[in-house]
Amino acid sequence: MNININRRNLLASAGALVVSVTLPGVKARAAISTLASRLPLKPEQLATYISINQDGSEVGWIGKVDMGQGTDIGWIKMIAEELDLPTDRVSMVQGHSDVTVNMGGASGSTGIWKGGAAMRNAAAEARRALVELASEKLGIPADRLRVTDGVVSDKNDPGKKVSYGELIGGRHFDLQLEWNNVIGNDLLVKGKAKPKSPSEYKTVGKPGTKRRDVAPKVLGTIEYMVDVKVPGMLHGRMIRPPVAGAVPIGVDEASVKDIPGVKVVWQKGLLGVVAPKEWDAIRASQQLKITWSDAKPPFPSQSALYEHIRKAPIVKQDPEVKFGDVDAAFASAAKVVEATYEWPFQSHAPMSPACGVADVRDGEATVWTGSQKAHYCAEGVAKMLNLPVEKVKAVQMIGPGSYGRNDSGDAVMDAAVLSKAVGKPVRVQGMRYEGHGWDPKAPASVHVSRAAVDKDGKVIGWQFDSKAFSKRDTLNNEGSPEHTLAGQLMDWPLKPVMLFGHPDESYGFPSIRKTSATIAPLLDRASPLRTAHLRDPGGPQTHFAVESFMDELALAINMDPVEFRVRNLKNPRDIALIKAVAEKAGWQAHVGARKQLKGEVYVGQGVAYGARGGTRVAMIAEVEVNRTTGKVWPKRFTVAHDCGQIIAPDLLRLTIEGNIVQSTSRALWEEVKFDSKSVTSIDWRSYPIVDMADAPEAIDIILIDHPELPPTGAGEGSTRPTAGALANAIFDATGIRLRQAPFTPERLKAGMA
Amino acid sequence: MAKRIELNVNGQSHTIEAEPDMPLLYALRDDLGLSNPRFGCGLAQCGACTVLLDGVPTRSCATPVDSIVGKKVTTLNGIGTPGKPHKVQAAFIEEQVPQCGYCLNGWIMTSVALLEKTPKPNDGQIREALAGIKCRCGTHTAVLRAVKRAAQV
Repeated sequence: MNININRRNLLASAGALVVSVTLPGVKARAAISTLASRLPLKPEQLATYISINQDGSEVGWIGKVDMGQGTDIGWIKMIAEELDLPTDRVSMVQGHSDVTVNMGGASGSTGIWKGGAAMRNAAAEARRALVELASEKLGIPADRLRVTDGVVSDKNDPGKKVSYGELIGGRHFDLQLEWNNVIGNDLLVKGKAKPKSPSEYKTVGKPGTKRRDVAPKVLGTIEYMVDVKVPGMLHGRMIRPPVAGAVPIGVDEASVKDIPGVKVVWQKGLLGVVAPKEWDAIRASQQLKITWSDAKPPFPSQSALYEHIRKAPIVKQDPEVKFGDVDAAFASAAKVVEATYEWPFQSHAPMSPACGVADVRDGEATVWTGSQKAHYCAEGVAKMLNLPVEKVKAVQMIGPGSYGRNDSGDAVMDAAVLSKAVGKPVRVQGMRYEGHGWDPKAPASVHVSRAAVDKDGKVIGWQFDSKAFSKRDTLNNEGSPEHTLAGQLMDWPLKPVMLFGHPDESYGFPSIRKTSATIAPLLDRASPLRTAHLRDPGGPQTHFAVESFMDELALAINMDPVEFRVRNLKNPRDIALIKAVAEKAGWQAHVGARKQLKGEVYVGQGVAYGARGGTRVAMIAEVEVNRTTGKVWPKRFTVAHDCGQIIAPDLLRLTIEGNIVQSTSRALWEEVKFDSKSVTSIDWRSYPIVDMADAPEAIDIILIDHPELPPTGAGEGSTRPTAGALANAIFDATGIRLRQAPFTPERLKAGMA
Repeated sequence: MAKRIELNVNGQSHTIEAEPDMPLLYALRDDLGLSNPRFGCGLAQCGACTVLLDGVPTRSCATPVDSIVGKKVTTLNGIGTPGKPHKVQAAFIEEQVPQCGYCLNGWIMTSVALLEKTPKPNDGQIREALAGIKCRCGTHTAVLRAVKRAAQV
């Protein structure tokens, strides 16, 4: 496979011509330009985002990427809407570093929220320009023109018409946009045109646009990152130390000399092998005799993790969230409710350990990556190889899931180092123990929640204190070598970002203080417990604590959990969600645990809610807890979801389902295990995730559409309340209040004994 | 020591040179260029590498290539084509099941074998047949819908 050829075909079919002229007399000047004139990409240029093919179809060029949730269909619908084109005549080029500007890649659920906003503005401006061009060409004032399926015609005389293809097909817009001077997620552009009013929408907000990657995936005709083959490519495997922090001090190359074509690459702490055949590279990586430095085992025992967090010196305090006089509230409280919640390290655990391919030669590099951020990948590789960034091209490929900064960002850097060392293209794929053992982890945390209640049972103050490992020991992208395993092993000076974050909610207690403190990593470099973003960074942790605590607080003042939230939330959108979800789930008001036993299982319902970046989600979980085994079945979820304007409701539902199943897995099963030397949960047995046997029977979703509001993110919001809803349902079923995740059968069994 | 090994894959015969203990997965992917079965764990724990061996779902990552001589191997695109998808594939497309889709071999090949044996499985039978297959994106509920849809065809 050669993605370059594919992409060139796409551009060739876009009809990029080789001469450059300017159409006369047109305000929206349309220049005929070459592909070369597209580069360097300028964020303030309309042609950077929108081009029209000769047949009048459109290509959207976006520096973000869909990871399998249909985000691209969202962009397609938004662009088609503004351009008055059918969705099947709009396509997207996503993420590649050399043909799109850096719009942050997949990141922070900003695909539609921010990327979509920019593309919508660009498409609206393109339509305005096209109508102006048509006005010139037809000699008809723009306000007398209408656009139907990419054809501009006279409202009074529909026979007078011209198509987008005739107007500009195969040539590039030469039009400036207003750009906010930001690169990355927050990049925003706008033109003079105002996007359509929601009342005019034909496709936005409507279901039925199928994803384009689904059939090729199901039929096995699409190429994944792992399928990339470059002529002359060698296969590489990395070798990780048995004790985290150890580095190779001796390598016996003779120990693999019986394996054909093996080469060892050893640079500072980084060690890998390459071979022409993949199986030979694997064998060599396992057979190579290595002497490791005598590193002191860096980790505390697993059972001491939370004690370690509690006692560790604070390195940095996040900015505090505060209003009202919390201290006075606690001083005057008739009752104080307090509880502590704990969350373990968790792994991205993608279906495949990461894969990357690099072809480094002649002062240039092409890398193929399944990471969500190809632009940063190109920057990081350029820095590592000491190449100008414009000499590095990062090609975005379909990875094995992503869910944040997973190990893909490491694999591509490993491949780049190996390729440069051996002078040939190299494909690196991890083995399973690396996928689980050495991917960056979501941070473990401890949360103390306290509430002051007055003599009338009213909550007058709330304090929420998080103490945790940073969620960014390594940055949320691989834009610099120190944020990758290879860079850390090769002694790049570390630049950790100390940040954990606060829960996002609208509880309207009279006084609130939220603090968040981060502690030092357990090992400061090349650590299998280094942290990075995992879907909804910090969200499951904090919202498990907050939402469990709100139920504990409701119980302390003898109130039903749903009523407690309706009374204490202040954003009307949040209250509407709680009411909607309670009605749909048939919520029966109750105070405290009902412990309803039905045959062999206790049944219960629990409610939770959370907000994220403007999106808000309420959820009721219904569980069955086996009285003998302690196993929890998350039987049913009812979810109310409000992400502002809805673009593609059917795909939104599937996204929400996926989030809920994945976050259920994290709540019920997932915990990274480690001993003093390294991570010990290194496969699917030692790091179990949700199984088909445990999948919910149903996930009922209520979508609340606000067409009048901008869309906000949907990629992570529904990840947030799940653990709290489950913990609260388990409490209702069994009377056991679990304050530590995951909610394993062992913990339930111990509680029920 | 590498030796010549004959394989029958998707109805075609191939001869490769390989170490006898090399997993079938690498023969399919690297020697025959059939990229559908994918490496997920190398431990037969996830299903991403699943193929049918004489109709039986088998984890090719943990099956020595030498052990399958004389057996018929079927991969994902051996069960259906874009023009004529298998009913399980058609149902997975209709339900828009996958997110990343890396896991699909496990779900689809195992479901194909299930429906051969049990054309009208109930919910419990489907869950039991698909137990142990991993999906990290959390598409389990969509998979259940798709298998039920395929069973109605």
